[in-house]
Amino acid sequence: MDTGTFRGIITGLLILAFIGITVWAYSRRRKPDFDEAAQLPFADDDEQANRDKSASQDGAASRKSYSSKSKGDRNT
Amino acid sequence: MSTALEHPTYNYKVVRQFAIMTVVWGIVGMLLGVILAAQLVWPQLNLDLPWTSFGRLRPLHTNAVIFAFGGSALFATSYYVVQRTCQTRLFSDKLAAFTFWGWQAVILSAVITLPLGYTTTKEYAELEWPINILIAVVWISYAIVFLMTVKQRKTSHIYVANWFFAAFILTVAVLHIVNNAAIPVTAMYSTSIYSGAIDAMVQWWYGHNAVGFFLTAGFLGMMYYFVPKQAERPVYSYRLSIVHFWALIMVYMWAGPHHLHYTALPNWAQSLGMIMSIILLAPSWGGMINGMMTLSGAWHKLRTDPTLRFLVVALSFYGMSTFEGPMMAVKTVNALSHYTDWTIGHVHAGALGWVAMITIGSMYHLIPRLFGRTEMHSVGLIAVHFWLATIGTVLYIASMWVNGILQGLMWRAINPDGTLMYTFIESVEASGPGYIVRLIGGLCWVVGMLIMAYNVTMTVKRGEGARQPLPQTA
Repeated sequence: MDTGTFRGIITGLLILAFIGITVWAYSRRRKPDFDEAAQLPFADDDEQANRDKSASQDGAASRKSYSSKSKGDRNT
Repeated sequence: MSTALEHPTYNYKVVRQFAIMTVVWGIVGMLLGVILAAQLVWPQLNLDLPWTSFGRLRPLHTNAVIFAFGGSALFATSYYVVQRTCQTRLFSDKLAAFTFWGWQAVILSAVITLPLGYTTTKEYAELEWPINILIAVVWISYAIVFLMTVKQRKTSHIYVANWFFAAFILTVAVLHIVNNAAIPVTAMYSTSIYSGAIDAMVQWWYGHNAVGFFLTAGFLGMMYYFVPKQAERPVYSYRLSIVHFWALIMVYMWAGPHHLHYTALPNWAQSLGMIMSIILLAPSWGGMINGMMTLSGAWHKLRTDPTLRFLVVALSFYGMSTFEGPMMAVKTVNALSHYTDWTIGHVHAGALGWVAMITIGSMYHLIPRLFGRTEMHSVGLIAVHFWLATIGTVLYIASMWVNGILQGLMWRAINPDGTLMYTFIESVEASGPGYIVRLIGGLCWVVGMLIMAYNVTMTVKRGEGARQPLPQTA
């Protein structure tokens, strides 16, 4: 196998890896997990400084349930 | 620091230390930049001394802003973010303290050795071999503290900011060790194990990935935590952030050769660097859009929150300079822009506009929380700092665009008989006005940083004062 073919194969593999990651990231099955992960910066709020009350009304309750759920899974 | 400020779970002490040093080194590094800008206007300012000459102060400036200011900011924010998003204390308080004191020792040795003229001559890797060994030890300790903290997390997910921080820490370790591989000759002199075009390629593989991983991936980690936090809403698309992460780290690695266009580097390597640099636009803008869109529905907050303004304008400059970079990596554009002030302008669009502004925005969020307060001492002064920083950056990059294109055109202009139309010194003379505008931009930045230092000092003082009555009520 010459160098050109080898490079071509590597390029092909990298494209496949990229498509694979994209399909995986956007699959419907991953959505609940990612929604939970996106809330992590808010999961441990010990102070409510700077909080916009109007925006966090609905968010606060769901955030609580998200973080307690995640603790149930794994935290021992 | 007062023990009344200690958090029950988290190690905030090391975060506070690094956060304060971020401000201190920011002022030192930017002041050095202003001195250098002034030297280019009035060369007499080098005082005719070897220690204060441009060639020795310039690496001190770059080391101070990148590794002292940027490095301290990355340590502070990564230690803070990893604890809060993993809901666990740092792996080892002692090792974390070692990274703080070790890193400060590295910076102090740079401050001493660079003006004395000790240098490996590798750009952004000027420090000599004994200091390089210390850097490697501190950095590996940093990797251990960070990764072990992630390992003992109390949450099921590893938040995306930690992925970026981890990639930055691991890659910088590899880059630093490979690029600084050298044979020590004397106590403060070594020769690189690489030579010729390979040396150049290794250097710019390091140099460009220092931009890609130290100045981009690390600060994107900051962005993915502090933008959602300050905007009070989760990141626009978590899925996009994953694709952003993998695409960015896979592509950045290959862009280095664009620093070596039209050199002895093989032509295919130059073209590869150019193509990969153009592809890099996609993940860069994916990340920028993800950060910007996090604000959808919260844009009104920009009117009242100058901290959020810092973060969002940082993203705008990130978008701008990651468009400019791929464009400048195109060989025909590079033929005009390389070796001119355009390059310096591009670097500062990234360094001031993106790196420094995202850092300052993060610090204005972080510092009050570290010192038991809900807000900085003066929000008005944050707004003043914001405008000084923005105007300073615009003055800087606009003057360097003008100078760079001017120089590029003057250098390539030829008479009908094929001789050069201008001498080099004529292009230097023509650059004078641009250098004055750049100096004014730099001064805006230093004044802004001094205002920040005052604001931080007052916040720390009040924070400690406010916490004192607590033990009595408890």
